[in-house]
Amino acid sequence: MGASKLPGYLLGRVVKAAIVVLAIVVCNFFLIHAAPGDPASIIAGQSGAADAKFLEQLRAQFGLDQPLHVQLWLYLKGVLTLDLGFSHRQQMPVSTLLWDRLPATLLLTGAAFLFAVGLGVTMGALAARRVGTWGDSVITVLALAFYATPLFWVGLMLVLLFSVTLEWLPSFGMASVGVEMSGLEAVLDVGRHLILPGLTLGLFYVAVYARLTRATMLEVADQDFVKTARAKGVPEGRILRRHILRNALLPVITFAGIQAGQLVGGSILVETVFAWPGIGRLAFEALLARDYQVLMGVFFCTSVMVVLFNLVTDLLYALVDPRVEASA
Amino acid sequence: MKEFWRNFARNRGAVVGLAILLGVLALALLAPLLYPGSPWDMAGMPFAPPGEMGMLLGTDSLGRDVAAGIAHGARVSLLVGAVSTVVALVIGVSLGAFAGYLGGWADDVVMRFTEFFQTIPSFVLAILLVAIFTPTIGSIVFAIAVVSWPPVARVVRAEFLSLRSREFVQASEVLGKSRLSIVFGDILPNALSPIVVLASLMVASAILLESALSFLGLGDPNMMSWGFLIGSGRSVIRIAWWMSVFPGIAIFLTVLSLNLVGEGLSDALNPRLTRNRGGKA
Repeated sequence: MGASKLPGYLLGRVVKAAIVVLAIVVCNFFLIHAAPGDPASIIAGQSGAADAKFLEQLRAQFGLDQPLHVQLWLYLKGVLTLDLGFSHRQQMPVSTLLWDRLPATLLLTGAAFLFAVGLGVTMGALAARRVGTWGDSVITVLALAFYATPLFWVGLMLVLLFSVTLEWLPSFGMASVGVEMSGLEAVLDVGRHLILPGLTLGLFYVAVYARLTRATMLEVADQDFVKTARAKGVPEGRILRRHILRNALLPVITFAGIQAGQLVGGSILVETVFAWPGIGRLAFEALLARDYQVLMGVFFCTSVMVVLFNLVTDLLYALVDPRVEASA
Repeated sequence: MKEFWRNFARNRGAVVGLAILLGVLALALLAPLLYPGSPWDMAGMPFAPPGEMGMLLGTDSLGRDVAAGIAHGARVSLLVGAVSTVVALVIGVSLGAFAGYLGGWADDVVMRFTEFFQTIPSFVLAILLVAIFTPTIGSIVFAIAVVSWPPVARVVRAEFLSLRSREFVQASEVLGKSRLSIVFGDILPNALSPIVVLASLMVASAILLESALSFLGLGDPNMMSWGFLIGSGRSVIRIAWWMSVFPGIAIFLTVLSLNLVGEGLSDALNPRLTRNRGGKA
């Protein structure tokens, strides 16, 4: 592809992403102020001590004695230098807490996403080749069922089946406790812990991607350029891969971008069920402790994750579909 | 009306869905008669398995009847689902109508705003809103509505964009009708069918959202709900599977029935469309 217009297109996306992130920070700021009671007393309440001197000190520390726009500016400046406040409950900066938990969440959501796209697209492609067979109906029924099942309940049922009844897989945490392991052994151990939460988070999207791939493949298969390729005598397997599947992947990529927010939201529930030590679990702990600083940090961090993921899907889209340059 | 029903009934799944939904509705209405008294009260021995000690679906760690919890929880789920959908519809329809009818910069502003809400992780925002405004039935409804209106705004805007240049709207404009009466009297009635279909799916996802919030402990502390039941069964799943299995089935059946009814409504309201359902997206 000629990459001449690609940088401009990407620059537009980056600017848009930056605006979204900025809006989220502003949103966070006003949420703190919308909360009943003044922020200083909320924070003081969290740290357990609420004498007048401490409140004064907090007000000065957060600039709460200043006008609102100055406060907003201070807050923005803080976030831009990755200062997301201090968790008085955990006695640690929020950003440190988030950094510690980020890898686990990325591992979980990444694994679930790859699993969902891989299996989903394969199933959808198979169903599209055999329209009207039982495999076709299975996908429809699965999609309908997964639309209606709460994610956390699926997780609990998998625990019930694979951990409690069959005793095949661990249901708790990210690694075995109290066992010294090294190298490959440790990796495999994390892998075994990853299976159930990854399945839980991914299963719903398998059905969704399968349906989407099936529908678009059927649509693309009817178009003229496919007929032309067939008339030229291009082998059927090559038509499927190069002509149909590549075009059918475009809506899948778009959809993946749209779904990113849901995937991250779902990881909060899945991490809670499986005690997976990621950002979602952190959010759950912060909820129990009513630690608003941390909750805002989680909101900011997950939003940035979604925005970055959207940037990646935009880039992928541009790489897969050469036409996108013209419209950008 | 007869034709509407015939088109609806042609979709067998939709009829099954409607039957399940009526069953859940009946359960919600009859809960105080079937299980008088508070579902929070102790009814028997703790951890009684289903079928024993006269407990159809067993009891929980404090000896509360799971079946009573499910019956009373049906009221909360349906109520939250319906009310938050109405609130989301009000927000979405107003914004969508505003953007679609006026067009131009108003359209741009509203659409950027809608996109913003569709980008951010909505479940995290809902958690944050409920946590900050303390979990009550009001804050839960508010939070669900805040994260569910964007699809409505998009659909309504698209309908308004295509309808506002039609002859009957121009005729009303020439007759000197006010903008408000054109929007609500002429355009909106013609845009109703996609809104109705969307609304039934929104009730379903609102019920899922409510259950997820109360699973995390963000339910109204005075109201029994399905998500709370599953949440309280989570830590004791090894000894009392029934505490989390049955409420989950209740959620599954209710949400499934709403989705099926939604598909039936879509068939009945747009009989000309092909019956190709590619998915929610």
